[in-house]
Amino acid sequence: MEKTGIFIEIANGRIKNANYGMITAARGSNSELYAFVINFKAEKIKKKLYAHGIDKIIEIRAENDFEMAWNPVSWSKAVMEAMNAFDIHILLALTTGIGKELLPRIAAELDAPLVMDCIGIDFDKKTAETFRYSGKTIATVKLTGMDLLFGIKPNIIDAVPVNTDSVTAVAMSSDSIDSTTREIDALPETKDISALTKPEIIPFTIKTDFLKTTGQFKNIKLNKTVMPETSSSDNFSNVNLMDADIIISGGRGMKNRENFKILSDCAKQLGAAVGASRAAVDSGWVPYSMQVGQTGEKVSPKVYIACGIAGSIQHFAGMKTSNMIIAVNIDLDASIIALCDYYIVMDLFEIVPLLTKVISEINHT
Amino acid sequence: MQIYVCVKHVPDSAANIVISGKNSIDKSIPFLINPYDEHAVTEAVKLKKSLKKSEVVAVCLGTDDAEKTLRSAMEMGADRSILIMVATGQDSITTAKALKAAIESDGEPGIIFTGRESIDDVGMQTMFRIGKAFGFPVAANVVKFSIKGSKVTVESEREGGIRDVYELPLPCVLAAGRGLNTPEYPTFPQIVKARRKQIKKIDFNTLGIEKIGAAMEVVELKPFVKKRCPVEIKGTPLVAAEKLAKILHEEAKVI
Ligand SMILES: Cc1cc2nc3c(=O)[nH]c(=O)nc-3n(C[C@H](O)[C@H](O)[C@H](O)COP(=O)(O)OP(=O)(O)OC[C@H]3O[C@@H](n4cnc5c(N)ncnc54)[C@H](O)[C@@H]3O)c2cc1C
Repeated sequence: MEKTGIFIEIANGRIKNANYGMITAARGSNSELYAFVINFKAEKIKKKLYAHGIDKIIEIRAENDFEMAWNPVSWSKAVMEAMNAFDIHILLALTTGIGKELLPRIAAELDAPLVMDCIGIDFDKKTAETFRYSGKTIATVKLTGMDLLFGIKPNIIDAVPVNTDSVTAVAMSSDSIDSTTREIDALPETKDISALTKPEIIPFTIKTDFLKTTGQFKNIKLNKTVMPETSSSDNFSNVNLMDADIIISGGRGMKNRENFKILSDCAKQLGAAVGASRAAVDSGWVPYSMQVGQTGEKVSPKVYIACGIAGSIQHFAGMKTSNMIIAVNIDLDASIIALCDYYIVMDLFEIVPLLTKVISEINHT
Repeated sequence: MQIYVCVKHVPDSAANIVISGKNSIDKSIPFLINPYDEHAVTEAVKLKKSLKKSEVVAVCLGTDDAEKTLRSAMEMGADRSILIMVATGQDSITTAKALKAAIESDGEPGIIFTGRESIDDVGMQTMFRIGKAFGFPVAANVVKFSIKGSKVTVESEREGGIRDVYELPLPCVLAAGRGLNTPEYPTFPQIVKARRKQIKKIDFNTLGIEKIGAAMEVVELKPFVKKRCPVEIKGTPLVAAEKLAKILHEEAKVI
């Protein structure tokens, strides 16, 4: 049977939700699904991965310490070694900060085709769908080669679990092995015996000197990683734009940096991330990492709330795949009004604080 | 040092894209230099000014129309250009090979800059393939750059403001992100001067690029329109806020 490798992205010790949509997409290959995890004890996520159809989990780890320090070159190399060891020629990863580092490096090494930001894959035809021309078109791209690589656009493909009957059974089994996974209290009887052992976890150890032994990979040295400071005045929300279900964004209509606090307060109540238009970024009110659009992040949350944003073609290029778009604008003629699902023609300084209040009341009841 | 900058000729982001045939677009819209490549050119020119005896060469694949993009790069300070003449768009596997062959035939690169991605295809991979072709290390989405002797230090923005600080030996490939610098509009004298700068044209077919049996090909292009029917949320501000909360709860199911 053919095999498909899926690089599972872990953030802050948790499996990112977007992984499940990717696994759902991978199931279309009708092959054995191998999940790759790096620096992570897979026992904790085993039952969830199984519920989504993963057959085997490859636990990639360093030889001496368990942890393999982040370095895009060594991580790419590690994934390639695992692909090689298990004879895997199809690889999926999320088109996220990490995926953008790993996939193209692997593609370049293997001289393999790669399509980033896929929104659908047809494994029989070897084609992938992705946006082209700033989200104005959808392209079907045919991949030809020995190895095929796909970057999956996060949060577009719905996750559909398969082995749902066996979820509880697996929970049972992993419970007995690892007490940290005890999430389900009731332990109903199960007929699915395989669920007790699946998915198999296979440790895969990377030799510490592997980078030296390969002349091909040109190393780059990581000096340090600078995390955005959560206490910094630039931190408007603790929710990442790319992972958010709700994004509330501000544009030139915010008028200054201080006013972004209004969005920040609302985001806290909503559990939302805060984004911005380029006009707000270029004015120096908020950092570039908050910019949504053609030359910023391309997001697809369930709800995108645009406050004081006109809705330029370039801004839309970054958020038009949102499920629901809500516009708050004083100008009925702003282009965003014609392109959204709901709009409120009102001063954002009036409506947003009220929304915050209403949501906070809901949260407290 | 020979500094090469790979630039791409892309449709204006504001242009209306009309699909022509099954898998291409009507090219009679304005094309211009890919916005991220402006950061690449700006950084290359800045680097040149800090070094003795160096030259910035812009390289592009395309038809005669791509001269416009090379002219823009030269207005921004590139010394001369290479245009690899090819009638149809190539995938990133072939593009990287062509860029490598053209650069190699021209000189010995000390550093190669590209943009972080192109706004039309957003393949996010050509820079890595160039790196592999030359055997040079690559840093993506570079937002800060400094050079000391034969080493460069870069800050590479990963996601959500997380920055990895890398050290790379020269020669290397660096993909410029926004935030690296602020490209400036060229002055009139710069524009005039750029008109006299050289564009060396190389026929793609003379580069001897062998197809390797790996490729990406757009087989179909469809317009993407998500139909939305805008509905106004009316009432006093408080009523509107309550209605909105209800929509978030009942329809969007996010709260
Ligand atoms: C190559 C290129 C790339 C670009 N990339 C991006 C990108 O990635 N992202 C991006 O956003 N832009 C991008 N732009 C810029 C884009 O063209 C627009 O200039 C920008 O999006 C405008 O931002 P804005 O809507 O906030 O500002 P404006 O166009 O000034 O709109 C402000 C809006 O706020 C409303 N408003 C004002 N006050 C209030 C109030 N009190 N209450 C409610 N509403 C109010 C106004 O009615 C108006 O509609 C790019 C441009 C180019 C050329």
